[in-house]
Amino acid sequence: MNDGLFDQFKTWYEKRHDYARDWKVRTGGQVVATMCTYTPEELLIAAGMLPVRVLGAHEPQNVTEPHIFGMFCPFCRDSLAQGLLNRFDYAEGVTLTQSCIQYRQTFNSWRMHVPSVQWDYYVPMPNDVQSPHARKAHHAEVQSFREFLGALTGKPLTDEMLREALAVCDENRTLLRKLFDYRKETNPQVTGVEALYASITAQFVDKREHNEMLKKVLAALPTRNLDRPEGVRFMTIGSENDDVAFMAMIESVGGTIVIDDQCSGTRYFWNGSKPEEDVIKAIADRYCDRPACPTKDYPNHTRYDHVLGLAKDYGVQGAIFLQQKFCDPHEGDYPDLKRHLESNGIPTLFLEFDITNPIGPFRIRVEAFLETLGEEELF
Amino acid sequence: MTAFNKYPTEPLKLWKKAKELREQYYINYAKAKEKGGLRWSGSAWALDALPAGLGDDVYSLTGEPYAAAVSHDRKFAKECMDAAESYGFARDLCSYMRIYWGGMHLNKYAFGGEFPKADFVFQTQICCSHSKWYQHVAKEEQIPQFYLDVGVGPYKDLTEARLDYVTNQLHDGIEFLEKTTGRKFDDELFIKAVKNEMRSTSRWADICALNKAKPAPLDEKTMYSLYVLATLSKSSQWCADFYDELYEEVKDRVARGIAAVPNETSRMMSDTQPPWSFLKIFRYLESYGAVSIGSLYTFSLEGIWEDKPDGSWGGRTLPWDKGIEINDRETALRLYADWNLSKPQWQHFYDPQIKSEMMLRIVKEWGVDGVMLHLNRGCEGLSLGIMENRLAIAKAGVPIMTFEGNMGDEREFDEVRTQARVDAFMEQLGLRRQAA
Repeated sequence: MNDGLFDQFKTWYEKRHDYARDWKVRTGGQVVATMCTYTPEELLIAAGMLPVRVLGAHEPQNVTEPHIFGMFCPFCRDSLAQGLLNRFDYAEGVTLTQSCIQYRQTFNSWRMHVPSVQWDYYVPMPNDVQSPHARKAHHAEVQSFREFLGALTGKPLTDEMLREALAVCDENRTLLRKLFDYRKETNPQVTGVEALYASITAQFVDKREHNEMLKKVLAALPTRNLDRPEGVRFMTIGSENDDVAFMAMIESVGGTIVIDDQCSGTRYFWNGSKPEEDVIKAIADRYCDRPACPTKDYPNHTRYDHVLGLAKDYGVQGAIFLQQKFCDPHEGDYPDLKRHLESNGIPTLFLEFDITNPIGPFRIRVEAFLETLGEEELF
Repeated sequence: MTAFNKYPTEPLKLWKKAKELREQYYINYAKAKEKGGLRWSGSAWALDALPAGLGDDVYSLTGEPYAAAVSHDRKFAKECMDAAESYGFARDLCSYMRIYWGGMHLNKYAFGGEFPKADFVFQTQICCSHSKWYQHVAKEEQIPQFYLDVGVGPYKDLTEARLDYVTNQLHDGIEFLEKTTGRKFDDELFIKAVKNEMRSTSRWADICALNKAKPAPLDEKTMYSLYVLATLSKSSQWCADFYDELYEEVKDRVARGIAAVPNETSRMMSDTQPPWSFLKIFRYLESYGAVSIGSLYTFSLEGIWEDKPDGSWGGRTLPWDKGIEINDRETALRLYADWNLSKPQWQHFYDPQIKSEMMLRIVKEWGVDGVMLHLNRGCEGLSLGIMENRLAIAKAGVPIMTFEGNMGDEREFDEVRTQARVDAFMEQLGLRRQAA
């Protein structure tokens, strides 16, 4: 049964380019293509800009081979394709905050070859966020970005503007956490697909509008009755993955995705900022403190216990690794993270993702996984 | 000289010594415990002057050159990679990393006996695989680990804050070393090691600069056996001294017109690590009279360079030759960090255009006629941005070819196909095979 509660998020997702173009007309502001969820969006919002995360289109393309060698991850190639195909022709700026080396290729090829790009900025955020010196270093980087944006717009970003933008972002994070809390319940009233629509759209819709929509949904949820079988409670683990068809497939064969550790999901919004007198410190620290991407998770594997904690909190019965082919940071974590989960009672399934994915064969594997999980009941 | 040979040639006198030094390095690591020494492991880019501050009996095993050595032994390399893959690691991960992991899991050392367990990990992080590599090692071997994050953006944009970040981590590194080993860090040994590293890496660049001469005194296949010493122990006295000796010999070869390849007709340049078990591809080039004079990889994986007053590229001037003395820890750490951050091979991690400019500079200054890019499936770090490099070099009108392969995993290298591509490229350059 579809009560239409999440339709606005779905529409935003499906017509995200139309949304951004319309936003420009409505506000007269600049749109900035952001790459990676470590981007300090607060600064762009304070500058009156709309941060729009670059996502792939999950469709075959033949434009990236001259720019990125085929051994690199499908997400960086798909994201570059969107730029080269002018799908983001409304974005004046492009910015990347340092995480994996692979995606830097997308950023570099964007700034070299996408004609609509008028300015670019690279934030060399420390990767060793566990270092006691990382926060100070990142503070300096965020401050430099602030100065760059102030010079670009001719309007310095004041502390007040930054505090307002930070409050908007933090509210968005809080609302998304509240929404995701509903997924802890038995037979949750929010499906994995709906949660994905809500969290991924936060990455390219004006946060103020997004917050209003989240509030409406949250107000309606207590009385919602989805009337669908819960099935097996799944968790998804991986990097960026917004393959809605895949998520819908899982939820059509006897499962519900109740939580994720992905940058298209929880890693983007999980933590808010901490109160600080220095607003740049509040912003910079928040990105150092967030659930780590594998590129920023050393010397200690903080991810392993974070993921296990999510699995326990959300009553997960099986975890599915959505492994982007050639994504070295996640491939590097996979074998030991899998062991960590399995030794703590969470069975896992590994699926390798490309730009387009074979839903049929994946369905068979998910069904086989479901059958394995149900083995005790069968016999 | 044969009919095709235009220049005199002779073997490199220091060849044997280079091989002996390398072999001794691996033996020293394996036997370190016999005399109560310390062992550590990390990347060839680890800032190894720091562990050198713990004493003269501290030995390293740098992961990449070790795995490259293993990959010459195709059977053992495959065995190692199979072991890593059976643990669950993806086949497309760094082949050096898989070889190292596999050897560790199999408990087999390429130079005989069991895989020598390190006392600690001391690693640098610029490529995503660097931390993943040694996190797994630290977990399996149950040893402490330290990482130095050097990802602070390109050197041209270096700020005081970024240099502070790296330098402050180096201070932490010293604290880690003392705490982990129970030894007191010796500033005198450390400063000596920093100076050695600066000498090694600047001198290696000077040696490579000598290859601008025609005929080239060194060919790239030979250079692999020489540059490797800096990847093993760039801060050691023996390494710095060896490069001084080598510089003199190569300079003498230039003065006497001694060629590496006597039939040098055309000059090539490569990129990234070669497929190690197929180095004969370089000999195949020579049958066309084509000599590979090096690459940004060979020159600057460890070499540190600068713009000279005449506009040419050469070894970076040593601080003390500019009147900057290194007498205390803080000065040494700061200069050491700055020195490493200027490494040309670290710049493309942020922008392929910087690498393209350096490659085109080599084409111009070294008189390169054609470029062969190894699309190396084994190393995401050094293959990063390589297709943009290809576009830039082609745009500059320089003949260029690509071939796919893998530095350490022979399953991803097609020898016959690569030879066919070389044949076509040579034909494009107007070269004919000079000998069967």
